[in-house]
Amino acid sequence: MNFTLKVWRQKNKNADGKFVSYPLKDISPDMSFLEMFDFLNEELISKGEEPIAFDSDCREGICGACSMWINGRAHGPVPGVTTCQLHVRSFKDGETIVVEPWRANSFPVIKDLIVDRSSFDNVIAAGGFVSINTGGAQDGNDILISKDDAAEAFSASICIGCGACVAACKNSSAMLFVSSKISHFASLPQGKVEARNRVQNMVAKMDEEGFGDCSNTYACEAQCPKEISVEKIAKMNREYLTAKLL
Amino acid sequence: MTTFLNGIFNTSVGKKIGMGITGLFLISFLLVHCAINATIFLNDGGNIFNEAAHFMGTNIFIRIMEIVLFAGIIGHILQAMIVTIDNRKANSVKYDVFDGKANSKWYSRWMGLLGTLILMFLIVHLLDFWVPARFTGLNIPPVMIDGNEYENMYAKMLEVFSVGWVVVVYILGMISLAYHLMQGFQSAFQSLGLNHKMYTPMIRMFGKIFSILIPLIFALMPLAIYFGYLN
Repeated sequence: MNFTLKVWRQKNKNADGKFVSYPLKDISPDMSFLEMFDFLNEELISKGEEPIAFDSDCREGICGACSMWINGRAHGPVPGVTTCQLHVRSFKDGETIVVEPWRANSFPVIKDLIVDRSSFDNVIAAGGFVSINTGGAQDGNDILISKDDAAEAFSASICIGCGACVAACKNSSAMLFVSSKISHFASLPQGKVEARNRVQNMVAKMDEEGFGDCSNTYACEAQCPKEISVEKIAKMNREYLTAKLL
Repeated sequence: MTTFLNGIFNTSVGKKIGMGITGLFLISFLLVHCAINATIFLNDGGNIFNEAAHFMGTNIFIRIMEIVLFAGIIGHILQAMIVTIDNRKANSVKYDVFDGKANSKWYSRWMGLLGTLILMFLIVHLLDFWVPARFTGLNIPPVMIDGNEYENMYAKMLEVFSVGWVVVVYILGMISLAYHLMQGFQSAFQSLGLNHKMYTPMIRMFGKIFSILIPLIFALMPLAIYFGYLN
């Protein structure tokens, strides 16, 4: 397959970026989107040019490292997958594919397609954990958890923190991410102990990090590679109301 | 020192909750307003409508609620402006390609524009009816119903809606309202944390029916008058 890749190139955080077009020939339809970038980068290196910087790690859709904005959508046109699991056969032969970094002021571009997602880490550090005293390990079945609660917690814990929700949101709101983390803990007995402080601290940190306000367009849900529901945002709002008023 | 309600409205989540509360309040007002005005379709020469208008204009509870209503409208607008400013700050670099329709409804992304159109309509609407009724006078002789004298608001309606462009403005206003409600109705419940596997589909369905029905009934009023179905 043949493509033209129109890629955002930016030297560093403070430099002005611009789009550069790269024609690509004889790409195997079985290549993943990132393998196509590897292929292109090898070409660039062999020509003595600077390779395109992009994030990737596990390449099996579970780490949340990859982060490309492809043809106007987070992680490209296929729902429920990350960029690493997107295949080039999802595009039309001869197509021009526009690839941009996540755009949100809380995710500044570091280089080319890599953005700094430390703001997510800071939100997690504000409350995305349970405090456990050290000591002898507890028996695994000491705390009984119903299947429904476990499933509810799991449906939130699948968030990989890639930032697609922020990238897709016209307001750069991080509510789907933050609510997934809050819902995850709020569904389990271990998380209930610190629930009140968790929701208040994480929401406050989310605001401090400069993420926007949610306006319920639900673009986050549509573009989440793990297809996490906006029900989690409603649950966060309930947790927040409870923490503030009761 | 504790802040008002523990500072509940000061965060991004709190702003949504505030927006939802004022939104639902304004929705409840729409229902009352629509029900009262729909009495003109009884085609009784506006008698019941004039009596209802008289009640709304003189009852002390309604007069207090009128002030609350204006506070609600101003609150809703101010909240929207604050949220818009926040969001501009959060997102100043735009994408070269943004496939919005792939992930959300256009009217959910254009609530600010729809709201502004509704506000423009509202100003015209208040100048047409509320200002004359409360302050400047209708300049229409009062009407006698069952031996009592009433302001003839119905005649005022007939007069206002006899002008073609006014009717067009009202219909455009109601189209804006319909789309604003399509997003706003279910959005208010979501923001208040009321999302439930069983109830949310019902809320969304009811919201869609409400969003179409109420503006439609409102829009039929100027149309029916302009085309002479009511007299």
